[in-house]
Amino acid sequence: MIDQSETNRTNAIEIKGLNKWYDTYHALKDVDLTVAHGERIVVCGPSGSGKSTLIRCVNSLEAHDSGQITVDGTRMCDASSIEAIRGRVGMVFQQFNLFPHLTILQNLTLGPMKARGLSRKDAEERAMKYLERVQIPEQANKKVSALSGGQQQRVAIARSLCMEPKIMLFDEPTSALDPEMISEVLDVIVDLAESGMTMIVVTHEMGFARRAADRMVFMDHGAIVETGTPEEFFDAPKTERCRTFLNQILKH
Amino acid sequence: MKNILALLSLTALAGCGSAGNWGWYVIDPRTHSGWNNITFLLDGFGATIQLSVIAAVMSMIVGLMVALPGMSTNRWIRLPSRIYVEFVRAIPLLPMLFWVFYGLPVVLKSMGITVRIDAFWGAVITLAISDSAFTAEIYRSGIQSIARGQTEAAKTIGLTYTQTMRYVVLPQAIRRILPPLANQFIYIVKMSAFASVIGMQELTRRANELVVTEYRPLEIYTLLILEYLVLVLIISFFVRWLERKMGADESR
Repeated sequence: MIDQSETNRTNAIEIKGLNKWYDTYHALKDVDLTVAHGERIVVCGPSGSGKSTLIRCVNSLEAHDSGQITVDGTRMCDASSIEAIRGRVGMVFQQFNLFPHLTILQNLTLGPMKARGLSRKDAEERAMKYLERVQIPEQANKKVSALSGGQQQRVAIARSLCMEPKIMLFDEPTSALDPEMISEVLDVIVDLAESGMTMIVVTHEMGFARRAADRMVFMDHGAIVETGTPEEFFDAPKTERCRTFLNQILKH
Repeated sequence: MKNILALLSLTALAGCGSAGNWGWYVIDPRTHSGWNNITFLLDGFGATIQLSVIAAVMSMIVGLMVALPGMSTNRWIRLPSRIYVEFVRAIPLLPMLFWVFYGLPVVLKSMGITVRIDAFWGAVITLAISDSAFTAEIYRSGIQSIARGQTEAAKTIGLTYTQTMRYVVLPQAIRRILPPLANQFIYIVKMSAFASVIGMQELTRRANELVVTEYRPLEIYTLLILEYLVLVLIISFFVRWLERKMGADESR
């Protein structure tokens, strides 16, 4: 059931009429979003606005109730399409979610070895390549708990990259970090953005958004309220809700 | 350890007294018949241990098979596990033992399977089933204590359900599962005494038989209790060692 029609292939992600309920709570309301290949989207909005739920639907960590999601030409419909989509989509979580019983290197080689069937040697080579990219190759043999939060999040990014995804999703990647560690993680994400990776980043880091985003998406109460380039978005927000939100977070 | 010594000295004192109510000759190792009686009683250890170990291993396997579907997000997969746990937990051990020993062969025969369930296997099956409801709950709480982010991260790097369990969840859960599981073994050892009523030649049965011929219930049952006490104290010593080791691993 893999739909490879021409229109779908031109876009990395196509979301149409997406709805999601938690029991009686309407978490996503008719969300439409199209992301082109290589496009960098930053999603922002007040907490509870559905930002995380939206990107978690993209790789089916949350099941949606209605609407259509097409990722890299594959329409999400059954278990095998979900598997195919997850194979092309990496994700970085707010809480890092590294595997604490494994070393850093083992965290990075697990996916390539078990899900992709790489040999240990190839997987370790790949792991070291991405550890160097996030600038912590010297930590390879340490336990997760020996690393700082910023280092752990960089490892989590490297772990995703080891699966060589076409699309990366970031779910508030710096929200659980101490302030002095935020920039080391954002630098890695900016570097990734500059390399042409398609990405959706949920974040409140507006400096980062200005620097790296092609397009801003503002969500409130489960719906997309406004989208636009960072310039339009920050300098001339179209809606009152968006203005209020920006005032609140940029005040400090 | 103090407890045993206190109990021993109490019984020894009573034996030295001239009250004459005690008749330790029945298990006096210095006399020929006393020595014979002691070895007859101690020989029950083999059966009790064998019975308990095999039942515990079966219970651990059945418990896992019950626990895993019991954690499914699909309620129809979850339901049989819930029913099994509630049902088995509600049946007292002794009636279940009677049913397995006297009833199960009849049921099997009506299905065209002719097997003789001897006392040993009757007791093993009963203990294993009865205990599996509790081990299933131990697995469930252990596995559910592993944060959901771990399974989500495993999904995003393409691991299947089995791989996620095998490489991510169980290695972490085992530290929380093993100590209560070992503790549960003590329960099996104690409950194995019920096997005596269907004629299994374990510690309790032997004590009963000796009481019938020697008419010295006080002395013989005292020794019987000491036998269980020693066995259980050895196991709980091991459990505490395991808890310390697991705890140390956790904080490393």
